[in-house]
Amino acid sequence: MKMKFATMAVTAMMAAAPAMADLVFPSLSYRTGPYAAGGIPFADGYADYFTLLNERDGGIGGVPTRLLECETGYNTEKGVECYESTKGEGALVYQPLSTGITYQLIPKTTADGIPMHTMGYGRTSAANGKVFSHTFNYPGTYWNGASGAVNYLLDENGGDLKGHKIALVYHNSAYGKEPIRTLEELQKKHGFELSLLPVDHPGQEQKSQWLQIRREKPDTVLMWGWGVMNQVAIQEAANIRFPMENFIGIWWSGAEHDVLSAGAKANGYKALTFHNVGRDFPIFEDIQKHVVDTGKAAGAGDQIGNVLYNRGMYAAMLAAEAAKTAQEIHGTAEITPAMMRDGMEALSITEDKMAGLGMPNFGPSFDVSCENHGGPGLVGVTQWDADSQTWSLISDFAETDMEVIGALIAEDSNAYASENNIEMNCK
Amino acid sequence: MFYREAGDFKTTYSADNQTFPIKIDRVGYYVALVVAFLIIPFMINDYWANAILLPFLIYSIAAIGLNILVGYCGQVSLGTGGFMAVGAYACYKLMTAFPEVNIFFHVILSGGVTALVCILFGLPSLRIKGFYLAVATLAAQFFLVWLFNRVPWFYNYSASGQINAPERTVFGVPVTGPNTEAWATYLFCLVFLVICALVARNLTRGMAGRKWMAIRDMDIAAEIIGVNPLKAKLTAFGVSGFFIGISGALFFALYLGAVEVGEAFGINKSFLVLFMIIIGGLGSIFGSFAGAAFLVLLPVVLKVVGVDMFGWPTDIVAHLQLVIVGGLIVMFLILEPHGLAQLWRVAKQKLRLWPFPH
Repeated sequence: MKMKFATMAVTAMMAAAPAMADLVFPSLSYRTGPYAAGGIPFADGYADYFTLLNERDGGIGGVPTRLLECETGYNTEKGVECYESTKGEGALVYQPLSTGITYQLIPKTTADGIPMHTMGYGRTSAANGKVFSHTFNYPGTYWNGASGAVNYLLDENGGDLKGHKIALVYHNSAYGKEPIRTLEELQKKHGFELSLLPVDHPGQEQKSQWLQIRREKPDTVLMWGWGVMNQVAIQEAANIRFPMENFIGIWWSGAEHDVLSAGAKANGYKALTFHNVGRDFPIFEDIQKHVVDTGKAAGAGDQIGNVLYNRGMYAAMLAAEAAKTAQEIHGTAEITPAMMRDGMEALSITEDKMAGLGMPNFGPSFDVSCENHGGPGLVGVTQWDADSQTWSLISDFAETDMEVIGALIAEDSNAYASENNIEMNCK
Repeated sequence: MFYREAGDFKTTYSADNQTFPIKIDRVGYYVALVVAFLIIPFMINDYWANAILLPFLIYSIAAIGLNILVGYCGQVSLGTGGFMAVGAYACYKLMTAFPEVNIFFHVILSGGVTALVCILFGLPSLRIKGFYLAVATLAAQFFLVWLFNRVPWFYNYSASGQINAPERTVFGVPVTGPNTEAWATYLFCLVFLVICALVARNLTRGMAGRKWMAIRDMDIAAEIIGVNPLKAKLTAFGVSGFFIGISGALFFALYLGAVEVGEAFGINKSFLVLFMIIIGGLGSIFGSFAGAAFLVLLPVVLKVVGVDMFGWPTDIVAHLQLVIVGGLIVMFLILEPHGLAQLWRVAKQKLRLWPFPH
C-alpha cells in the first residue's frame, strides 16, 4: 500500500512536472471589498491578455503562460499570504495593484530575487534602479502624475499659477500621500496655493471635505482616490456644483464606473493617464475572437475597452514583452525570475512594437535602464463625455518636471538605501 | 476510557493546583511544547511561517490579552486594533531611536507603553459599563488610528506615512527586515507566546484573576466583599494592554514588516480579535488559542479547498468566507456561548466516561 502510494506520488509529480515549465504570472487581484470596482476590470484585462497569448500564439516564445489568481481584497495581510503561496510556483513577476502591498513586498521580493512591476502606483522612488534592484514602476509614477497635472494647469492658465488655489483630495493612506511632497515642491516653484484634504478609508464619508471646498472655492481640485471614494467624490462635487472641468483625478480616479453614477453631472470631469483609452485598437478584435467568443474570458467580457481593463491589459503586455526580451537575452524560452528581471531592465517599447501587437499608440515608447526603472513619465489628460459615455484623450502625453521629481526620487531612495544598508547597483 | 484520571493521585497541594492536573493533559502539553520548539523550526518554510504560524502565534497573544479584559474582567473592548497600533508604533519608535538595544526588549517595552495607554482609556470603565464602555473603547480605536495618521512624528516624517521595520538581530540572527529565516521569526514569536500564556494563566488563577472574575460576575457584590474596582479594572486594562501591545509590535516588526495604520489596525482588527475570543471561548486561555487558530486557518483552508482543489473563482471563495464566519459567530452565540473551549471540555467529559455514559 505504501509502495503504491509512493508510486502514485511519483506519477503525480511526473504529471505535474511539465506544468512547471509554464511561465507563471501571479495576479494578486481583488474582486471583493470596497476597491473591487477597480480591481475587477484590471484583473480581467490582465488575465485576458495572457489567455489571448496562449490561445493565439501558444504562449510567449512557445511556452504557455499560466495565470495564478489570488484574492487579496486590497488587504496587506492577504497580500502577504498570496505572495508566499504563489512565489514557490516559479512566479516571474508580481503586480499587486495596491500601494500598501507594494511597500510590503519591496523588501521581500528583493530578498527572494523576484521582480515586481508597480505600474503607475507603489513607491515612486523605486524608479531609482540603483537602490531598488527588483522593483519597476515604468512607464510613469505618482510624482509624474502630480507634475503632469500642474503642467496641464500651467498650460491652461497661460504659464502662470500665482495665486491659483489647488485643493488635493486624497485617500488617507500611503497611496494618497504620495503626491504631497511633489506638489509642495512645485508649489514653491510656481507659487500656487495648496490645501490638503484627507479622506479616510474606504472613502464614503466626504461631506466635510467638500463643504470645505465649497467654502474655500479652490480653482482646481486634484484627487488621489481609489475604489468607492472616486464615485462619492464626483457625486459630492456635482452636489456642490463644482465645475467638473476644474476637477482632475489621478489615473486611478478616472474609470467609467467612477463617473457613471453621477450621470450627466459628471460631464467634463478630467483624469490623468499614462496610456490610451477607448476600444479602437485591433487587439480587441483578437480578444473578442480568441478569448470572449470561446468563453475563456476572465470576467463577463463586458469590461473590454474600459479604462482599467485597458490598463490591466497594458500591464500584461509590458510583462509579456519583458518576458520576450528576457528570452532573447538569455537564449532560453523557459525563463526564471532572475532572467525576467534582466528582461524588464532591458525592456524597450517602441511604436513599431506596439503597432505589431495591435496596440498602435497605446502608450508612450520608452526604454528601461538599470538606473531608471520609472520610464519616461509622460502624462496625458482624458476627459469624460457623459452623453456618449466615453473617455477621450484631450492632451498629448507630455513631459513632466523631471528636475523636481528626479531630486525627490534621489532623496527618498537614498534615505531608504541608508536605512536598509543597500549597496548601489549599476556600477 | 480514553481520557482517564483514575490512578492519578495527588499528594501535595501544589500538585493538585497545577495547570494540567490530569496526566494525559500534562503529557500532551509537553509534547506540544517539544513539537513547537524542536520539530517545527526544522520543517518550517516561508509559506507556513508567513501564512499560518506567525499570524496564529501573534493573534493568540492578542486574543489572550483581550480575553483577560473581556472574558475574565467582563469589560467589553472594541479598541484592540488601536491598542495593537500603539504597540506597533511604540516598537517602531524604539527600534529607530535605540538601534543598539535588542529587539526583544523593544517588544516588551512596547507592551509596557500600550499598557499605559490602555489604562488611560480604561479610566471611563470606572463610570460606564457594558455597551457604553464598548463605545468608549471604540472611540479609542478611532482616536489612536487618527493620531498615528495625523502626527508625522510617529512615522518619523516618512513621505508615505508608512512605518518600515529595519533589520534587527537576536544572537546575530535577523528576526526583522527582509532577510529573515522562517524559523527565526517563528521561534521569536513562539517564545513570546509561551511566556505570555504562562503569565496569563498564572495571573488568572491567582488573586488578580479572582478579583477580575468577581468584578465580571457582579461588580457590586465584589466591591462589598472587598475588591477594589478601581484597581481590579485598571489592572485588567493594563495587563490586557501589555499583551495586546506585544502582539501589535510582533505583528508589525516580524510579520508584516511595513504597516499603514488605517489598513492594518483598523476597526476590522478589533472585531477579528473579538470574534476569536467569542468563537474560542470567553474566559479561557485555551479558548484564545483555539479561536486564533480557527480564524487564521479558516480562510487558508477555504482558499486551498475552494480555489486550489475545486478551481472556484477567487471572489466567490472570498465572499463565502464572510458568509461562513458570520454564520459561525451566530451559531456559536446561540448554541455554545462558551465557544470552542467549552466544546473541548464537553468532549473530554464524554471521553472520560466512554463507552459507559452512565
